Amino acid sequence: MIAQLTKSERQLALIILLALTICGLAMAIAGRQDPLGVHGAIVMLAGIAGIFGVIYVYYEPEPDEARLALYYDDPTKVAIILAMIWAVLGMFIGDWVAWQLVFPNLTFDASWSSFGRIRPAHTSAVIFGFGGNALIGTSLYVLQRTSRARLPDQISPWFVLLGYNLFCVLAATGYLMGVTQSKEYAEPEWYADLLLVIVWVVYFIIYLRTLARRKEPHIYVANWYYMAFILVVAILHTVNNLAMPVSFGHAKSYSAFSGVQDAMTQWWYGHNAVAFFLTAGFLGMMYYYLPVRAGRPIYSYRMSIISFWGITFMYMWAGSHHLHYTALPQWVQTLGMTFSVMLLVPSWASAGNALLTLNGAWYKVRDDATLRFMMVAAVFYGLTTFEGSFMAIRSVNSLSHYTDWTVGHVHAGALGWVAMITFGSIYASVPWLWKRERMYSPALVEWHFWLAVAGLFTYVFAMWNSGIIQGLMWRTYNDSGTLSYSFIETVVAMKPYYVARAIGGLLFLAGAVVGSYNIWMTIRTAGQPVDARAADLPVTQPAGVPALQPGE
Amino acid sequence: MAVEERDPVSGYLTTGHEWNGIKELNTPVPRVVYFFLWATFLYSVVYWILMPAWPLGVTYTKGLLGSDQRNIVAVQLKDATAERARWSKLIETESFEAIQADKRLMTIVRQTGATLFGDNCAACHGRTAEGGSGFPTLVSQAFLWGGTPDAIAETIRVGINSPHKDTRTSQMPAFGRDGMLKREQIDDVVDYVRSLSNPAVGKAIAPAKLASGKAVFTDNCVACHGENATGNIELGAPNLRDNFSIYGGDAQSVFTTVWGGRQGHMPSWDSRLSALDRKILALYLVNLRAAGP
Repeated sequence: MIAQLTKSERQLALIILLALTICGLAMAIAGRQDPLGVHGAIVMLAGIAGIFGVIYVYYEPEPDEARLALYYDDPTKVAIILAMIWAVLGMFIGDWVAWQLVFPNLTFDASWSSFGRIRPAHTSAVIFGFGGNALIGTSLYVLQRTSRARLPDQISPWFVLLGYNLFCVLAATGYLMGVTQSKEYAEPEWYADLLLVIVWVVYFIIYLRTLARRKEPHIYVANWYYMAFILVVAILHTVNNLAMPVSFGHAKSYSAFSGVQDAMTQWWYGHNAVAFFLTAGFLGMMYYYLPVRAGRPIYSYRMSIISFWGITFMYMWAGSHHLHYTALPQWVQTLGMTFSVMLLVPSWASAGNALLTLNGAWYKVRDDATLRFMMVAAVFYGLTTFEGSFMAIRSVNSLSHYTDWTVGHVHAGALGWVAMITFGSIYASVPWLWKRERMYSPALVEWHFWLAVAGLFTYVFAMWNSGIIQGLMWRTYNDSGTLSYSFIETVVAMKPYYVARAIGGLLFLAGAVVGSYNIWMTIRTAGQPVDARAADLPVTQPAGVPALQPGE
Repeated sequence: MAVEERDPVSGYLTTGHEWNGIKELNTPVPRVVYFFLWATFLYSVVYWILMPAWPLGVTYTKGLLGSDQRNIVAVQLKDATAERARWSKLIETESFEAIQADKRLMTIVRQTGATLFGDNCAACHGRTAEGGSGFPTLVSQAFLWGGTPDAIAETIRVGINSPHKDTRTSQMPAFGRDGMLKREQIDDVVDYVRSLSNPAVGKAIAPAKLASGKAVFTDNCVACHGENATGNIELGAPNLRDNFSIYGGDAQSVFTTVWGGRQGHMPSWDSRLSALDRKILALYLVNLRAAGP
């Protein structure tokens, strides 16, 4: 795989990796009294491992020019494998956390395994590890196909993919050591944040450079969404993580914001992370894989336009609905709530556009579990956005806020929408990428589908019940005018639902394990190499035009 | 690519573009989408007119309804306090005996006390107030600092070995660790103390050892635990003749206590709970003990 790099790309890779190693060494020395030092060592080891990898193939013959007539899919393949590894790891930790709520002693008396540390390890592993790798992998795949252009070079996609995974490793290991900014979904500290900024800018540049060379007159909808995802996440990440480190030898930093401004910035970030990472990016995925798998045209181009601009414009205002009835001024809450209500319309237009696209292909939904994953995703996208707009209404929020209903809502979105569309897209692309006729076992895809659906429903129903019961118990008064229930009584009442939730999570995890096995066997089993998609080639440059790479 | 291509299933024209096999229909946006866009926008405009909504530099549009969440919550708190004043005044002013005699007030004490106890005390004393290792049960007849409503209310107020200026203070010395007693002396006094609450233990021990233990007790322990080992409420020294123990009554636990000493800790609730809440809790606990096992 590394041998696919040209000589100059191998040299560039060595320079980058050497710089990374030196950075790691500097961090390890400056932070030797601090968890920063451990992270420095990890960065350094990553750099050294990379250098060895490149040196190993340094004198291999250069790849021939024929590669330029093909799409560059190696990073996508690796991204999909990494996504599945993170999925199993992240869901395992998630289910562990769920069981900790049933049996608090499951921390085994260690600090690193306490709820407060492994809970962010779960959220980051599934959102950033699983979701992020799936987005990077599929976006590069879709970008090339819908532009009919090969990626501009072979080094920047690796820089993005591996740099991003280094960020994920720093995040997860940091939480276990107690390194956190205490900002939900933005927990990693300043040095990891800086790494992500660099990675993300390169990611956006890959997109612009490829689109600039596209051979299609128009930019396809999926790319609008992928670009919105990359661009807005860059803005959100940069602003929310503005902070001053205690020193260059410490992991700890202090936010540039304080008090209610900090809370508002955090939830402007937090909700738009949901909007642009977990929605826009995966809508990009859906806009490619669903019509291709169904073999149907998108139902309405016009509805795509309304949805896209509606979603991108209105989501930006919605974050303050996370701070209803707080010190945040009421007018900000009003704006967050009303924009959240209006947001429902473009969201449902998107979900509707996806489901109406399936008209004429419903028999395929019945027979093909891969397409069924995508259909369930579209349905849960609709359900979750409805629930989200509903919960953003102040009076509803006064019941739902701080309860398990929120947890149920986020998992309806994360399991029902994000994971479902991802699994569907991965099952569609694995045979295409590895040139197989089909998945190793279609029966296992069915198993995965039903395990995932069973887990999803168990989880979400458990949390709806516990959330609403919890919310009602918290606000029940007795005839004396004092609260009827102490907090611990509400915790006791939640226990059966926590058991159900943990079982639901276990089913979903089992599905992901089955899926990983199936994907692995598809890759390992040398099936008949098929040219299933004969037209799966970029437009080659006419003679006389300079070669795309290297050094485009 | 054909510009005029009609999809046979839906009957709509495509837009004429194709990306990697994906086409798009030029279907008009369904009217229902526009309807709901306008409906939700209209709802928002009405809401903005009625409620605080848009920033105007240093101020903001206040809304026709004049809604202000700070005022609302202030009024609600005032109303709730006023409603509770029906009975809270009585509990604050009446004597413990008078309240205990008033069935209606005791119903309120039981309702409110249970929540107060669950939110503030249960973390240490357990949800059923039966305590646990290191934390005393509150439903037994054994009270270190007295079990009257007055005494309990005072313990809640000042805490035990707490930073409060009036704190109840007690410390059992570490007789073994600090070298005050020899190992054999400790073994003997442990046997003797265990025999006080458990005659069966006494029978199994050689009379000479028991006598030695008693001598050690008389020299070292009576100052706090009393001549008869029945404890001293003034000092928070427990009665050693009953069957209750905070740290355990088996030989190993008693040995650990004599060897290393004990200094229990209870926080002061003076600044965290109102006098009313503390009074309710004291009454609740007395009531719980009376009703208990």
